[in-house]
Amino acid sequence: MIVSKAIHCYHCGDAVSNTVYEADGHAFCCLGCQSVYQILSSNNMQQYYRYNHHPGKKKSDVSVHYEYLDDASITDKLIDFRNDEVIIATFYIPSIHCSSCVWLLEHLYKINPAIVVSQSDFLKKQVNITFRHTELTLRGLVELLVDIGYEPKITLQDVIKERRKFSQKGLIAKIAVAGFCFGNSMMLSFPEYFGMGAFEAHYAQFFGWMNLGFSLPVLLYSGKDYFRSAWQSIRRRELNLDVPLALGIAVLFIRTAWEVLAASGPGFADTLCGLVFFLLVGRWIQQRTYHHLSFERDYRSYFPVAVTRLGGEGSKPIPLADIQVGDRLLIRNNEIIPADAILLKGQAAVDFSFVTGESEPVQKILGEIIYAGGRQTGEAIELEVVKAVSQSYLTRLWNNEAFKPYERNFRTFSNTVSRYFTVVLLGIAFSAMIVWFIAGDAARAWGAFTAVLIIACPCALALSSPFTLSAALSIFDKNRFYIKNTTAIEQLATIDCLVFDKTGTISSPSASRMRFEGNLLPQELAMVVAACKNSNHPLSREVVKWATAPMAGFLPVGEYREIAGRGIEALVADCRVRVGNATFTDVSSVGGKGTRVYVSINDEVKGCFLVEQPWRENLGRVLDELATGRSLHLISGDNDKERTQLRGIFPRQADLLFNKLPIEKMEYIQSLQARKHRVCMLGDGLNDAGALKQANLGIAVSDDINNFSPGCDAILDGRSFVKLPRFFRFAKDAVRVIHMSFGISLTYNLVGLSFAVTGIMSPLFAAVLMPLSTVTIIGFTTIAIHLYAAKNQLIKRQ
Amino acid sequence: MSVIFFLIGCSVFIALIFLVAFFWANKTGQHDDTYTPSIRILFDDEAEGEQGVGD
Repeated sequence: MIVSKAIHCYHCGDAVSNTVYEADGHAFCCLGCQSVYQILSSNNMQQYYRYNHHPGKKKSDVSVHYEYLDDASITDKLIDFRNDEVIIATFYIPSIHCSSCVWLLEHLYKINPAIVVSQSDFLKKQVNITFRHTELTLRGLVELLVDIGYEPKITLQDVIKERRKFSQKGLIAKIAVAGFCFGNSMMLSFPEYFGMGAFEAHYAQFFGWMNLGFSLPVLLYSGKDYFRSAWQSIRRRELNLDVPLALGIAVLFIRTAWEVLAASGPGFADTLCGLVFFLLVGRWIQQRTYHHLSFERDYRSYFPVAVTRLGGEGSKPIPLADIQVGDRLLIRNNEIIPADAILLKGQAAVDFSFVTGESEPVQKILGEIIYAGGRQTGEAIELEVVKAVSQSYLTRLWNNEAFKPYERNFRTFSNTVSRYFTVVLLGIAFSAMIVWFIAGDAARAWGAFTAVLIIACPCALALSSPFTLSAALSIFDKNRFYIKNTTAIEQLATIDCLVFDKTGTISSPSASRMRFEGNLLPQELAMVVAACKNSNHPLSREVVKWATAPMAGFLPVGEYREIAGRGIEALVADCRVRVGNATFTDVSSVGGKGTRVYVSINDEVKGCFLVEQPWRENLGRVLDELATGRSLHLISGDNDKERTQLRGIFPRQADLLFNKLPIEKMEYIQSLQARKHRVCMLGDGLNDAGALKQANLGIAVSDDINNFSPGCDAILDGRSFVKLPRFFRFAKDAVRVIHMSFGISLTYNLVGLSFAVTGIMSPLFAAVLMPLSTVTIIGFTTIAIHLYAAKNQLIKRQ
Repeated sequence: MSVIFFLIGCSVFIALIFLVAFFWANKTGQHDDTYTPSIRILFDDEAEGEQGVGD
């Protein structure tokens, strides 16, 4: 007997359980991996395997049909550019993960010379391909990518195009202009600060004019958004922080222009440019983008682009939007049912895992309505559409008025403060002016008024939130908790009510546990394993992994056949072994929860493998920690079989609700909000989409973040579920840091103000105080956030 | 000392060239992907010749 030393697939690195697949002395786990290797080696591309060990990803053994890519009306939406010779198209390929991927995708021309150039973007997981469409069709290109294991994700809600709309280029250009003017005007201001002799006065004049020139583009181009925003907020009768900022910028410019024109002083051009520059940098920092995630997904990113319609002239792919009631559709194995439809022909076993989180396929009988969103497993079926795509049960959730994201009038801390700040600031400025007027010093009154508005310009105040929160955002990011924007962190800190979905959220779909119910002799087990080794079905692999019987490889397997969606059958050592679902193995009693794989040998049922989704690691402890200061709720679409078990895990005061429809989940959250709770919803499937949107903060829990997740405010990687209590604590700490840095910047303002009201303020003083306070705030927030992160064990202490 | 006017003119002019260069780079998307080039630079060119010999 061979001592089994773990052999790993040369392509994907999975353990090899079957030595059938081999090429050039390398072992492969499956036919998919082997064929990718053969394509690459026949094109002289073994270099792919040199940059990384096992760079490949196991190909899903699902054949996707790309006929629709031959239809010009569909493909026109997908391509970027087309002329008589070439097409340029960008694809989103989720499996890009290492340098080998980049290498391979950029050397596609070696495989097919029709590909002119291909350039990949690692972080965005995109590849941009230019190819000659006279020699290679778009479909051919996509099929080539699929063949080498890089299946592009083509959806209606095109991730690539959506992202292009949002660009920071305008902001970056504004920062560049402000930075350019800041540097130059500071250089021109130095002579003044160091002191100039009387004979150099005409230089001072020149420098003043230059400075005024540099402050013009800053005022008119870089800073124009502040004026616009300030004006809008005044019209809405609420004072945001942009009002004092715009006021400060305007006063700085007016006073600079005045002093230069009257030749009475050097002005504040460098302070003006610096202020706008720092403010814009703060704004840029705040607009963090996630390259590989999308928070705005709806059903369009999940549904296929096209579907096969059966008609008089045979089958033809049509775009989803063209589906009409009464159309006959052909749905093949692993295709998604795009609209509510009646089953006309075939054995339907529909996997609703994206909808409900439950992975076991649901059997449907002829004439039954199948709701859109399910994935057919097994043979091809024919359906008759009863509702258009946009009117279907699930898609209606998005089109429903109630589900529209409501105006979240969440008031961030800086918004709250800025209302009072502006009023107090104007009060001080005017009273300083009036006091000097009464004292009979008109020039000083003007000086004091402008000086107050300049010195108290809340630059540091405006920067403390973005810098604190973006530092916090990157710490969350490192812990696999991806938050949409900085406001969501402040929301996170205020949450006092948590609502959990059950399947896929508090239970973990990936870490399934398997056990066998029934009697199976070791010999028989070996036979089952031998049969299962031929199958690529995840459950078969699970059985092989569970059994770990080394001798199984020696049993001869014959007459093997696999019926998709039902099971496998083989002749092992002259015994007929059947492994599959209840009907396939002629089991009458079906019951109990979890996925069951039945085993029959020579038509005698031996028992079944039971796959249970266990609760997430340390669920009880996580819930206990979360329960302090927050109320917990569980809302599930399933029946209440697990009520007693969950009762023991959840804290006593938690509400557990079962048998809830998607719309009821959303209404439950509304009712909590009506009781002045700030609700956070944690869910995973499409059926939680409404609740996720309705909640003050929606967190989508996902075990593979590249997979589909419904629209939400944050995406939590399932592995970081244990850290949830710490995330909540850290969000509160982040808000505390904002409060502290507000305190610091207010102190700076007070010090500055005490000089400003006297009416004497040198430009040098302003030029030093403004950057000094800014640097203090940036330094303080960064250090404080990291200290708090270490305290919450989200980063390692140095 | 009037040479200072000329010098300042020169320095502003050169700075403007850099500003325009930055605008151009920004507009043509040179800052869109700042990560992949760091991977790309590690691919060795000689391997192609090596393969030719190997076959």
